Amino acid sequence: MTGKLDLDPALVRRARELARRAGQPVVELARSHTTVSVERAALRLAGVTGADPEGIPWVNRLVDAVVADVGLGHGVAVPVFDALAREQITDVTLLAQKAAAGSVRFTVPSGRAASSARRAARRATAAGIKVIDRRRAERDRMIKRYGDPAQRPWIYLIVATGDIYEDIPQAQAAARAGADVIAVIRSTGQSLLDYVPEGPTREGFAGTYATQENFRLMRAALDSSSKELGRYVRLTNYASGLCMPEMATLAGLERLDMMLNDSMYGILFRDINPIRTFVDQRFSRQVHARAGIIINTGEDNYLTTADAVDEAHTVTVSQLLNEYFAHEAGLADRQLGLGHAFEINPDLPESFRLELAHALLARELFPDAPLKWMPPTKHMTGDVFRGNLLDGFFNLVGAMTGQGILLVGMMTEAVVTPWLSDRDIALQNVRYVLNAAGNLHEDFVPAPGGFIQQRAHRVLGEAVELLERIVDDTLLNAIADGTFGIMKRPADRGKGLDGVARHCDDYYNPATEILEGQA
Amino acid sequence: MSENRVVRPYGDTTGDGMVQMSFTLPVPHDKRAEGAALQLAAKMGMDPAMLVHATQMGDGFTFFVVYGRVNHLVDLSAVQVVERDFPLLSAKEVNALVKARLRRKLSVVGACIGTDAHTVGIDAILNVKGIAGEKGLEYYRELKVTNLGAQVSVPELVEAARAEKADAVLVSQVVTQRDAHLHNTREMAAAFREAMPAGMRPLLIVGGPRFDELMAGELGVDRIFGRGTTPREVASYLVHALITTKMTTNRKVKAA
Repeated sequence: MTGKLDLDPALVRRARELARRAGQPVVELARSHTTVSVERAALRLAGVTGADPEGIPWVNRLVDAVVADVGLGHGVAVPVFDALAREQITDVTLLAQKAAAGSVRFTVPSGRAASSARRAARRATAAGIKVIDRRRAERDRMIKRYGDPAQRPWIYLIVATGDIYEDIPQAQAAARAGADVIAVIRSTGQSLLDYVPEGPTREGFAGTYATQENFRLMRAALDSSSKELGRYVRLTNYASGLCMPEMATLAGLERLDMMLNDSMYGILFRDINPIRTFVDQRFSRQVHARAGIIINTGEDNYLTTADAVDEAHTVTVSQLLNEYFAHEAGLADRQLGLGHAFEINPDLPESFRLELAHALLARELFPDAPLKWMPPTKHMTGDVFRGNLLDGFFNLVGAMTGQGILLVGMMTEAVVTPWLSDRDIALQNVRYVLNAAGNLHEDFVPAPGGFIQQRAHRVLGEAVELLERIVDDTLLNAIADGTFGIMKRPADRGKGLDGVARHCDDYYNPATEILEGQA
Repeated sequence: MSENRVVRPYGDTTGDGMVQMSFTLPVPHDKRAEGAALQLAAKMGMDPAMLVHATQMGDGFTFFVVYGRVNHLVDLSAVQVVERDFPLLSAKEVNALVKARLRRKLSVVGACIGTDAHTVGIDAILNVKGIAGEKGLEYYRELKVTNLGAQVSVPELVEAARAEKADAVLVSQVVTQRDAHLHNTREMAAAFREAMPAGMRPLLIVGGPRFDELMAGELGVDRIFGRGTTPREVASYLVHALITTKMTTNRKVKAA
């Protein structure tokens, strides 16, 4: 698949080197800070489960209690396991309940008490990580037994009724109709909840709440579909928003297969504090790496607010940054579903050729990544007939440029949440294109020096220029200045900042220790 | 032409009344399913109806495409719509009118309220980038735009409107599940009525693809903009409502 664009290898190396230099200070920031959600994720691995009668998870109650007594900067593991020893109980959830009732005091122990609390915390957390390891082995076994989809790209379909018990039959029907990956869209607004709801849920807004129980129910249903269909059907959810590290952890524990996990999406589109996001991001990617989960990044979103031609290079820049952050956190290339989208105004002359150039550029820059190819949304007008045609061209670009994961476009995008018939028509569109032209990438070689090559070179050149400016300016300032997707997001603003703390000298997080030891 | 107030759908001949329709019935595809589809078409006034396509989806659903003649007539004189009741101005004209007549920048505060995180609409109207080749309101030199972005609470919006001395508040609502867009709009309108006396409150404008433009009064807002609205239309309306028709009335109180 490489070499069709005749990219300058020195320029590609330079782009990666600049992304590394832009990203490194942010990684340093992430290594020296923690967040309430990182700490909650670690406690979930150590065995805290369930929620109080108001639906607030016990991990939230426990972390809040520890923070009230000793702050966040030491990490909560040592104070929690120290209290457990003092209270002479073994169940961390019970400790959380006592802490919520105000009957436990937390302190930061020293000396022998500290080292034995560390040991106990590490033992309990390792047990949680072992569950993730078992889930990963289970996935490998099932893929071996049932097999991967016969074709590339994998066909990715969205389900979103708000009710997990409605989602299940819809997801199974979608799998039967050809979907290889099912994504359950989350309820609008979940990204800004600073806790993960509990239990099976039947009420959501434009999506279904992501909960551990909903994950478990859907994975079990798709396991039976995998068996029925003789191919492993993958399940996707979202590690984004304020609870990103916990979402990643729950996904690992319940064997989800892909997670949306962008390095900057929450900052730009949800106004979440940049530092909170980068800290949460790194931890969640470490979990994904361990769990064998494929991440999907969100570059498609930039093109919904910014112009898909003028700002094409910001997608490339973001992909390079996402790649750097992902590698740093231990993810392998085959786990990088880097995003990009078919969002050029169809009225623009040569729009299809421009789309081909951009898609091929991503393909050649990241030859071993699965790449997530996203359908048109911005220029879907409600004219469903034109929309179906546009989706056909989108599918064709996917086939011609060897994309790894194809999110099925709906002709009713921006009209209604997809009807059964919309999904059927959309899948028929995909099947037709893949059947008619699925291997066209073997023959499709753009003319040397022609329009497509020139366009790709230009976008790469602009990406390198932008990366140079970001390195000079620092990534945090670039985000504050509105470099990505026009939104301006300063590092001292945004949601979730109060849940961030700098590490004290004695900071300890057994989950990070284990995940980094492995990475 | 003007006396022809009654029309029928047009297929390929004037007055043929032809329409196309597609729908799904929760039954497997067989003869009976096709008969059921034709029965529905007949009840919808299609006579004769031609079933041109039927295909089963999954286990128990069939998708149909029906073409046919409807016997309904459309009386154009009975149609009610909100016609644009203000002149469409260029950015230059908008700036000139604001500068000459208001003699300060016109302050606009925009947001997506409630849990709605879809900023596409508000960004299309406000961001410099705009939409369909038209620049957004930020591009208008004499407008001062504050875009609060997504998931703004109503109290935050009221506070921001007060702080920015907003002449107009623009709210975008895309998510319509369980009528969230209507509830949110009513809540917002009520909050502004409660927080500010009539002459002092900003012009309240909502927009989104699923609003009925006739519902402004019912929802307690000054204006609703539907699908396909451009920044220029919004800017022209602002000038119309706040300057050209209103300069002598209570808005002066605020400036004083």
